[in-house]
Amino acid sequence: MEPMGKVLAISPEKCTGCRLCELVCSVFHDGVSNAARSRIKVMKWESEGLYIPMSCQQCQDAPCLIVCPVKAISRDEKLSRVMVNHDICIGCRSCVTVCPFGAMGFNVIDRKNFKCDLCDGDPQCVRFCDMKAVDYLDADRVAIAKKKAAAEKITAAQRQAVALESESH
Amino acid sequence: MALNRKIAYIDLSTGKIEIKPIPLEVRRKFLGGRGLDAYLLYNHTKQGCDPLGPDNTLMVSGGILTATLASATSRCHVMAKSPLGGMLGSANMGGFFTPELAWAGFHHLVIKGKADKPVYLWIHNGKIEIRDAKNIWGKTVTDTQWAIREELGDDDIKSLVIGPAGENLVRYANVMTGIKNSGGRTGMGAVMGSKNLKAIAARGTMDIKIAYPKEALEYNKRFIDQITSAKVNQTQGTLGTPFIWGATNSWGGVRTRNFQYNQMLYADEIEPESIDENAIKTIGPYHMTGCFGCQVHCRAQYKIPTGPYAGIYDEGPEYTSQGGMSSEPDIPGLENLLVCNHLVDQWGVDNLEIGSIISWAMELYELGILTDKETEGLDLRFGNAEAFQEMLERICFRKGWLGNVLAEGGIIASEKIGKNSFDYLIQVKGVSNLHSDERATPALALNIATASRGSDHLRSRPAIDLYHLPVDVMRRIYSSPVPYDGPLSSEHTEYIGKPWQVFWHENCYMGVDCLGICKYHTTFLGATLPNFEDWSRVLYYNTGLELTPREIWDVAERSNMMERLFNLREGLTRNDLKKGDMLNHRYFDEPARRGALDVVGKVIDRKKFEKMIDELYEYKGLDQNGVPKPETLKRLGVDKEPSHLL
Repeated sequence: MEPMGKVLAISPEKCTGCRLCELVCSVFHDGVSNAARSRIKVMKWESEGLYIPMSCQQCQDAPCLIVCPVKAISRDEKLSRVMVNHDICIGCRSCVTVCPFGAMGFNVIDRKNFKCDLCDGDPQCVRFCDMKAVDYLDADRVAIAKKKAAAEKITAAQRQAVALESESH
Repeated sequence: MALNRKIAYIDLSTGKIEIKPIPLEVRRKFLGGRGLDAYLLYNHTKQGCDPLGPDNTLMVSGGILTATLASATSRCHVMAKSPLGGMLGSANMGGFFTPELAWAGFHHLVIKGKADKPVYLWIHNGKIEIRDAKNIWGKTVTDTQWAIREELGDDDIKSLVIGPAGENLVRYANVMTGIKNSGGRTGMGAVMGSKNLKAIAARGTMDIKIAYPKEALEYNKRFIDQITSAKVNQTQGTLGTPFIWGATNSWGGVRTRNFQYNQMLYADEIEPESIDENAIKTIGPYHMTGCFGCQVHCRAQYKIPTGPYAGIYDEGPEYTSQGGMSSEPDIPGLENLLVCNHLVDQWGVDNLEIGSIISWAMELYELGILTDKETEGLDLRFGNAEAFQEMLERICFRKGWLGNVLAEGGIIASEKIGKNSFDYLIQVKGVSNLHSDERATPALALNIATASRGSDHLRSRPAIDLYHLPVDVMRRIYSSPVPYDGPLSSEHTEYIGKPWQVFWHENCYMGVDCLGICKYHTTFLGATLPNFEDWSRVLYYNTGLELTPREIWDVAERSNMMERLFNLREGLTRNDLKKGDMLNHRYFDEPARRGALDVVGKVIDRKKFEKMIDELYEYKGLDQNGVPKPETLKRLGVDKEPSHLL
């Protein structure tokens, strides 16, 4: 089987909310510090201490790609990502409206849409996140960590049950 | 460009707002942040002004590297004349406010006058507006921030606010942002309150051009590896700052029962591991949170587990809360610590000042200097959690005679309480010491005695002195960027070489405060963390400004001198107990009673202490009265102050 390509794997519970991902994203792509230009954004519920980094999911069946009236958006299968060709793009923002994750941005300074391009295979948000709240994994490996954690819980429960059983005899 | 961030002068009496660029000449002299604030304070306040009157000037700033790739560049600095001791007022906090301020186009705000009704500032992409604050006045710290977002319709707004304590002019009220980032020391919140200024809200989408983006990214990556590989930061990133309290208490460096003991016994419930256990139970295995762009993430999240406040979310507690709420008043319960930490966060008051002041009052009560008459029947003995929390409320809301008196801060309160109450007050320059006990550590004692904002650990503390580092390692740290070949000692109970260490750290910490970087990213708790050499590089990559490590050191020394000049203008004299570089007599007269073998029985030797001060003055270029020599001022280029460059 051909590899499906790597994807951004986000674990919100690990995020400390520091927003370094937003900073490095804007510096890497635009040479400036400006969170408004970042492709990734940490959504926050401060009074509950909840932080969730949001970015493009590089959908297989991407709504932005489908809705684009001039076919400026295409899938790059090699890096498993969805790309915008700004030479074709007319700036109608249909893609911004239709994205279910709010991951297609529109930059009011340059009057252009922008989205995550996985930094051509070396996502800087991943490289700089010390918690690995944002990680870059093969698509089929994303669920493995969760599987393992759940399995661990089951084993622990089983052990406890066995221990209780032997205690009562 | 970071260098095109502006300075705004805001007169709240007239409503006049003036926006100016910051000349390169000034940047090269003071960089930004605390250094430039010190220059502005000296130039924009009149000698002897009332700290709570319209003539006091409030400075708010970010460092020159704010929101750039130098890691942890979110430090916000607030400066004014302090209402607490009448000397230098200065407080520093992390969070997310200054990046937003910088993206909105500004690095420095100079706020003068007094609004005739409560107002707040709204700063948005190059514009500043003074807005009516009638809908937010009276609200707690977090409610204020959420209400501003709602009023202006933008969830990304970050605000700097005061809580009820600031409105009520408690002389050690905080300026705060987020859930618990606090500019806590020296009562800057009261200065904001006295100006009828409830908040400063910022939101910006303006580019900060990075001079050399590729290099900045790569150097930052190196920085991060250096920071995350330090054991001390790994520990901080899992247990938070309470780990410092745990370590310090174990050897006997924590004030207990005001100043009667130097170690808290039966403290199991508030040890870092217990605090962590509660965080895991109430939040989950990942419960650390960080300031902007920081990998240390030293702040824990928690929910209060039991009692009337059960289920409430907050962050911390920091080790200063363990000191102020637990060891100083000798209250061992976890619930008390977590509840008090929450209350000070919500009401906006300095946790270590209020903890210190109440503990002082507790000692006075047990001695009979305060009686049931003054406490209005409150049993203000050590260990009484209920009484402690009641006092917390009375102070923040100025209830009753004692609440009102203690809200005035130690010096004024001691004058109103009378008798020999002042003898028991652990303060320098009117500012209470944090919960640490320095009787066994002369270097730390020298630090608190000479710190520019009063008894405080974040101005010049050589904390790594406790690690017993080999002398050659110390020499490597302490002889750069300026050569030093004098004596050094690995022994923390020694007096030798300590003045140079204090001098070095004073400049190191001023350096990061001008750049806007957090102290946990320099030689504060870890000996292997970034320093002048690294800052010179990140400054260049991010801003294009070329300063050698030595030149950054000079900026720091110059800025420290501006603070010294301000304090001297407000009456600093070397041995004055209220306005000088002098410790309470108890440091010299009462031996430490608990702790490690080399701590028990220790006092500070007065003669050796004075010799240390002589030596420190010499390094700083001061005469024996603590006044700068003319040639020092000339060397640092501050011989014609006030020079009104800005």
